[in-house]
Amino acid sequence: MAMIRVPVSEQVDFVVIGAGAAGGVVVKELATAGFRVVVLEQGPYKREAEFVHDEVGTTFLGALVNDTKTRPNTFRTDETQKAQRKPTLTYGCMVGGGTVHFTANYWRFHEVDFIERSRWGAIAGTGFADWPIRYEELEPYYTKAEAELGVSGNASANPFEPWRSKPYPLPPLPVKSSGVLFERAARKLGWHPYPAPLAILSKPYRGRGACLRCGFCEGFGCEVRAKSSTLASVIPVAERTGRCEIRPHSYVREIEVDNTGRVMGVIYFDRQGKEVRQRAKAVVLCANGAETPRLLLLSKSNRFPEGLANSSGLVGRYLMLDSGSFSGGLFGFPLNEYKSVQVTRLLQDFYDSDPKRGFYGGGGIDARFDFYPISFALNGLPKDLPSWGSGFKQALREYYTHSMFLLSHSTSLPVHANSISLDPELKDAWGLPALRVTYKSHADDLKTMQFLLDRELELLAAAGAQKTWSFPVESLTEGVHLLGTCRMGDDPQQSVVDRNHQAHDVPNLYVVDGSSFVTSGRNQPTCTIQALAYRAADKMIAAAKSGRLS
Amino acid sequence: MAGLSLSRRELLLYSSAVSLTLAGGAEPAVAHSSQAHEHASSPVLSGKLQFFTQEEAADVESIAALIVPTDETPGAREAGVIHFIDRALATFDREKQVIYHTGLAQVRQQIQRLAPGLLHVAQLSPEQQVHLMEAIVPSEFFAVIRTHTIMGFFGNPSYGGNRGEVGWKLIGFEDQFTFQPPFGHYDADPAKA
Repeated sequence: MAMIRVPVSEQVDFVVIGAGAAGGVVVKELATAGFRVVVLEQGPYKREAEFVHDEVGTTFLGALVNDTKTRPNTFRTDETQKAQRKPTLTYGCMVGGGTVHFTANYWRFHEVDFIERSRWGAIAGTGFADWPIRYEELEPYYTKAEAELGVSGNASANPFEPWRSKPYPLPPLPVKSSGVLFERAARKLGWHPYPAPLAILSKPYRGRGACLRCGFCEGFGCEVRAKSSTLASVIPVAERTGRCEIRPHSYVREIEVDNTGRVMGVIYFDRQGKEVRQRAKAVVLCANGAETPRLLLLSKSNRFPEGLANSSGLVGRYLMLDSGSFSGGLFGFPLNEYKSVQVTRLLQDFYDSDPKRGFYGGGGIDARFDFYPISFALNGLPKDLPSWGSGFKQALREYYTHSMFLLSHSTSLPVHANSISLDPELKDAWGLPALRVTYKSHADDLKTMQFLLDRELELLAAAGAQKTWSFPVESLTEGVHLLGTCRMGDDPQQSVVDRNHQAHDVPNLYVVDGSSFVTSGRNQPTCTIQALAYRAADKMIAAAKSGRLS
Repeated sequence: MAGLSLSRRELLLYSSAVSLTLAGGAEPAVAHSSQAHEHASSPVLSGKLQFFTQEEAADVESIAALIVPTDETPGAREAGVIHFIDRALATFDREKQVIYHTGLAQVRQQIQRLAPGLLHVAQLSPEQQVHLMEAIVPSEFFAVIRTHTIMGFFGNPSYGGNRGEVGWKLIGFEDQFTFQPPFGHYDADPAKA
């Protein structure tokens, strides 16, 4: 490994905060372009040998995600309440971030996603707005992300797919029984199922081996580097340039500005809890849609009393979490869905909003099985079955290999009161204010979820399910897709970063991750986060090379 | 259920009488690679308890055996769930010790109510055991012991439970490092789906 060690006394060109979906892409682009970069990641740097098929250790002991004992959350539904301590958000907390454990669904936005305000008009009580960029500006970066990271799919099979300059670099993974049943049902209903695009290698690619279809995918790290995490793909490329250092266990507590209002570096806690200052000509904040606004709010100064880059007051606002609905079906023959990747088929017939429905919203529906033995026994069975005893044991025996599920991924409207903020009382293990989540689903989000739930039940019936069950549609109290909290825009009073991800208030601060989103899309954000990261990197590099960041 | 592979069934010898003598005779669990979580995932050491007293362990094991009973296939008792729970409370789930203390006290109260003079769950008749469970099901203790029973029944054997992979065998789960298509009935012959 050619990773270097940068003396902390050195002023590097860039500090990147967060080595996840966006940070991994950014560091690779910056280091490749010739810049000296230090990446500060609050979690550990794990290697593939540590990724094991261990549901207890990985899921229940949280090996790959934020530890809510040391980094607690508080939650409330609206601002009239006092937030209570409750694990609310789950995100990847390690080098590679959420891309290590994600399901690897990889959906581009459609053209309409960027212009829905122009298309549908304002929606009262929301910050519904167009993006400052359009699909055609992002398209080359979607293509670049798919090629560099390794994405498999068949775009021509989806009649709703946006246009693209190149096909997927890899063909789809083999279909599972859930996908076959889904296809049969969808076609019977006149809908258009197609192979799910996945950031998983279906064939050997760029020095990495193909997926072994081991089943321990969603929620787990890939021990053979077939899942296209930034850890497996671009971070090693960054390190081989000899121009970057990844510092794990480095928890940034403040981004510092000088008296001209430019960032000059960061202060972070190292693994021993000691404070370290790292100076940089520019800072790129990629800490995810919750930790990014939190860090800006923590970085107060005389010039920025409401938090860094927050003259708009919108840092932390317009939080959008992952809406969707979930249904299960039991079938007469074994599907053995525990094998291979979680998702092989999907449909986007209901992606677009339709005013005739009477509400804003839309989404995609995929066929999947994302339970492991313990999680299935805890949550996977219909709720009308016994929870203990012979009936429970019998149900586990009958259902586990004979079930599949449909999960829809749908829109979440940006609501000003839904936010990330600093808890006024609770502190984390480092003495910093805990992350407070305020969230209540907009009525249209709930109607959209119900609409898609009804489609799921139609699909399962058309597939011939012997029994179906659903999880109730409710206002969200948890989230794994964290969006909207430092939104992009041309107007500094209505956004936090400009169309190039530069903070309106701070010329040498860039912010790119899920916080950049203006609208939620259909809540499969990683593909768009990474395309935005590639594009933002181009903008930063151009700014640095023209001397605007020194 | 039609189609469930009957080749996965195995009858293991089990002993319903050893619940009070857990110290002897327990064979080592299947070694399984796992990341280190304190001492949670080391091979089983001859059934030695780390947290529970023998009497507490007997009652916890009895409740686990009511949640996942032994019938024509092994249940929580044969899986060694008690060892998973015991080790969990001694290591990564220490903060749940107080829930077990409170819960077992509730259980003792219920036993006194249902069968004055008896001391242990195993001594109750099957009907009395059902009444006991109905009494504790609404409690936080039940939620925790059910979760632990399930984790112990289906988790990697290196954590002390799922001995002989009996939990995985019950549900037809195979822990392999690779699978080839076809995976299930419907993708094997889509025309028949």
